[in-house]
Formats: sequence, structure tokens, C-alpha cells
Amino acid sequence: MLKAYFPNVDWNIMWEATQQTLFMSSISVGITLVLGLILGMLLFLTAQGNLLQNKPIYALVSVFVNVFRSIPFIILIVLLIPFTDFLIGTMIGDAAALPALIIGAAPFYARMVEIALREIDKGVIEASEAMGASTLQIILKVLIPESLPALISGITVTSIAIVGYTAMAGFVGAGGLGNLAYMEGFQRSKDDVTFVATVIVLILVFVIQFIGNSITNKIDKR
Amino acid sequence: MIKISNVSKIFKGKKSEELIAVNQVNLDIKSGEIYGIIGYSGAGKSTLIRMLNGLEQPTGGSVIVADKNLSELKGRTLRKARQEISMIFQHFNILWSRTVAENISLPLEIAGVKKNVRSARVAELIKLVGLDGKENFYPSQLSGGQKQRVGIARALANNPKVLLCDEATSALDPETTDAILDLLVDINQRLNLTIVLITHEMHVVRKICHRVAVMEAGNIVEVGEVLDIFKNPKQPVTKRFVSQVSEDEESKDTTKHLLEKYSSGTLLHLTFVGESAEMPILSKVIRDYSLEVNILQGKIAQTRNGSFGTLYIHLNGTDEEKGKVISFLKENEVGVEVVEHA
Repeated sequence: MLKAYFPNVDWNIMWEATQQTLFMSSISVGITLVLGLILGMLLFLTAQGNLLQNKPIYALVSVFVNVFRSIPFIILIVLLIPFTDFLIGTMIGDAAALPALIIGAAPFYARMVEIALREIDKGVIEASEAMGASTLQIILKVLIPESLPALISGITVTSIAIVGYTAMAGFVGAGGLGNLAYMEGFQRSKDDVTFVATVIVLILVFVIQFIGNSITNKIDKR
Repeated sequence: MIKISNVSKIFKGKKSEELIAVNQVNLDIKSGEIYGIIGYSGAGKSTLIRMLNGLEQPTGGSVIVADKNLSELKGRTLRKARQEISMIFQHFNILWSRTVAENISLPLEIAGVKKNVRSARVAELIKLVGLDGKENFYPSQLSGGQKQRVGIARALANNPKVLLCDEATSALDPETTDAILDLLVDINQRLNLTIVLITHEMHVVRKICHRVAVMEAGNIVEVGEVLDIFKNPKQPVTKRFVSQVSEDEESKDTTKHLLEKYSSGTLLHLTFVGESAEMPILSKVIRDYSLEVNILQGKIAQTRNGSFGTLYIHLNGTDEEKGKVISFLKENEVGVEVVEHA
């Protein structure tokens, strides 16, 4: 049955590619989550009138975030080749895609974190200061819980962007569904391979969106 | 309990223009007192109350609360001191992400109280503010008054010495306002807690404050016992605040109307304070003097240390009798004002 509709699809290879995409995406999402939270928190806290108001640090982080967010991903991969080579020891393969994926996505998520934190009612932060909370206590007990729905919908959007990035990373030597669609499907004119790879990417995106939405709805008590 | 000496707060604008939010303010607030600071918005009262827990640092002068000089504290010692000076807010400022019980528990977590002690204390506080059965509700499921009760319970968690109220009832309807004010009085008496509140509503001051300071443009323009302020407001701004409580919105229209209607006799505006408000002075006037008395409009307001009333009457008789009545009223400590124009 499947054979008839998709004569050129080798399901073992397809499954392997899916696993590679999942591997690249999940590691990048994990590290992006941590880095983005740190950068976003730094942006929020050091901004004018906030807890750790600090102009030089804000300007520095802000410029870093803006620069890496603005570079098109496909160019970023190329620009980062020397760095990747130094860090991973190779420019080919799944692991080699990770630095570019993370450096592309973390600044994106950092801005989302900053926006999420800015949405928090200033009065709540003032109240916790009035209670004698330290900055760390405010971060852990007030800022993160009060912005959690926005932080989660932010990482959902970022994860979907990362899945897209992994496909692009496939063009320059990383494995995964993007690589398969390009090398097998496009260059050898096996349209059915491209089609199946696309459908799997779509399913991944839908699943991520669904999980993100469910968690956001569950924790939002507003 | 609180001693504010020569405190100023100057905000610097962008083009080096300065805004004097609080100007050389002195206040002395006693332990166990409910102290009101009243003023219109922009008078500097919010800035002043925020200097009492170090949310704002004064640019000059000293703020001493519970024997600690807040203007000198920093970092850990300031945070420690803040646990003894709680605050409640106009918009409640409770966390939507926490239940009622978890919100009340927050200051205890911050102070590092152990978990089992915490839950016992939270249960106690929920009872105190009358939120039994609402422990596991989220703020979105509560009314404004209930949210402020959570705010009050949270403020009391660490057994503070001072409670600061920042327009705590301004977002509530009149009935809920009274319920929250009753709760504050109850807490003040039960825990002997010093309460400082800022407001723009004289009703709040009238109902629960022992003393009041009137603020205008960064300055304290008048200070005194609430009843004295009602009896004898000196500054124009104070008079306006007093008339908020003693006169209705329509009062001006009414006097105009009365003047037109009773053009022949004399219209008197009487103010009674404390004991005189409760004595049958008017019936004596009617009995002992040979002139007609018409009671036109009246109102009595209750303060913490006595009642305060206003009354419009109309006298019809000879000028001599009228003069006698006026001096009789004055002898009995009734404020008399002959109304000639609205």
C-alpha cells in the first residue's frame, strides 16, 4: 500500500532522519530555553527603572540580541563555520548544527522573555519588594510564575522556528528531514520523499503547538 | 513608632528641572495609632508613604520606623526591616498565579519560615480576615473586597509593627470600603498595630483615623486630631476635604434654593462637634426664644472620637431675638455661620 504511493521512500532512512531532526531540535530547544531565559531576564532586570537598572549591561545584551536575531539563519550557519569547527571539531553532522541553531534561536526567545516579563503587573513586583524579598526571590517566586504562560507560549513559537531551522541546517550538511528532502527528494527528483518529509515536519509542528497550548491553558489562572 | 524629620524627595527630570514631591515634612506617629494622610493626587502622599518602607529613598532628612533609620539601611538589613513594615495597595497586588493560601504564604516563604509553621500561620490569617473556605481559590475567582482581604492577610503574616495602606479602599465600592475599614479597625485594636493610610477620601479618615495630616503640593499644611480638624479646618484644602463628608454634592444648590425661598428671615449654617452634636440644643432654642425655627437640612457624621454634624435652619423673628439665639448657640459650642449667598 505505502509502497504503491511512495515508491522511493525508504522508511528506515525516513525514521532515522526524523530521529535526527528530533535530536537537533530538542537539544537546541533545551539550551535555548536556558540561555533565552537568562538573556531575557537580564534585559528585563537591567532596563531603565527596574530592579537591577544598569545602562551599559542593558545596551550590551540588547545589541548582542538584536545582531544575532537579525542575521538570516542560512547566513548565520555559514558565518559560524569557524566557531562550530572549533567547538565541535567538525562542520558536518547533527551536532555541528547545534551552535548555529542555538545562537539563532536564543536571542529570539530572549526578546520574548523580556516582553513576557514586562507584561507583569509592576504593582506585584513592588509588593514583593515591600515584603523584603531579595532579587533572587523575586525572580523565582514572582517573575517566573507570573509570566509562565507567556514564557511557555514563547518557547512553543521558538521550538517551531527551531524545527524550521533544522531543515535549513540540512542543506549545509546536518542530517535530518531537511537534509533528506533536499538530497534525496529534490536533487534526485524523488518528489514522494520530499512530500513525506514535509508531512512529518508538519506533524512535529502541530504536536509542539498542541502541547504548548495545553500547558498554557492549564497553568493560566487569570 | 514613626518619626519623619525634615524629609524631602526631589525627582530630577530630563532637562535638569526638579520636581519637589515631598518638601521638608515632619511627622510623628504614635504606636497603636491609625494615622491618615489625605491629599489630592499629586500631593506627594504616595511618595511619602513609600519612604516609610524604603521603596523610595528621601533626598534629605531622616525616616525612623520602629527604631530603625530607614534612610540609612541598604541591602539585607533594609529587607529585614521591611518585614516589620507591611503594605497594602489600591490594586491589591496579589499574585494571580497563587491561590489565596499561597499568596498569604509568600511573605513567610520570603522570611524563611518553615513549611509546617507556615501553613498553621496561613490558616490563622485566613480566619482573621474572614476568608474561610476560600483557601484554594485563585484571585480571579474573588471579588475586589476579598482580594483586599488577601492583601491584608498577606501584610499581617510576619507580625509587622506598622501597616501602610496605599489608597487601600479607593478601588472598592462604598459598602466594601466600609467592610475593609472595619477590618482595619479590628486589626488595629486586636493587634495594637500602627496603621498609616493615605487617601483622597475624607470618609476614610472620618471613619477610622485618630489623627490626620493634610498634604498639598508636597507640604503638610495641617495636622491634628480628626475631630479638631472637622471642627475647625484652617486651610482651604482642608475645608474642601471636610465638606466632602459634611455636605452633599447638592449642598451648594440647596443653599441657593433656600436663600431664594426664604428671603425674609435669616438662614444659619450650624456645625456641631463632639458632645454638642448629641445635646438637645435646638429644642431649647425653640422653647426659650420667641421666634420661628425651620429645620431645613441636616447631617451627622461619626468619627473615631465623636460625632460631627451640620444643620441648616431658618429663623424668622426680630433681629434682637435672632442675635440672642446666635450667641446662645455659640455659648454651647455650636459653630454658627449666617448664610447670605451660596
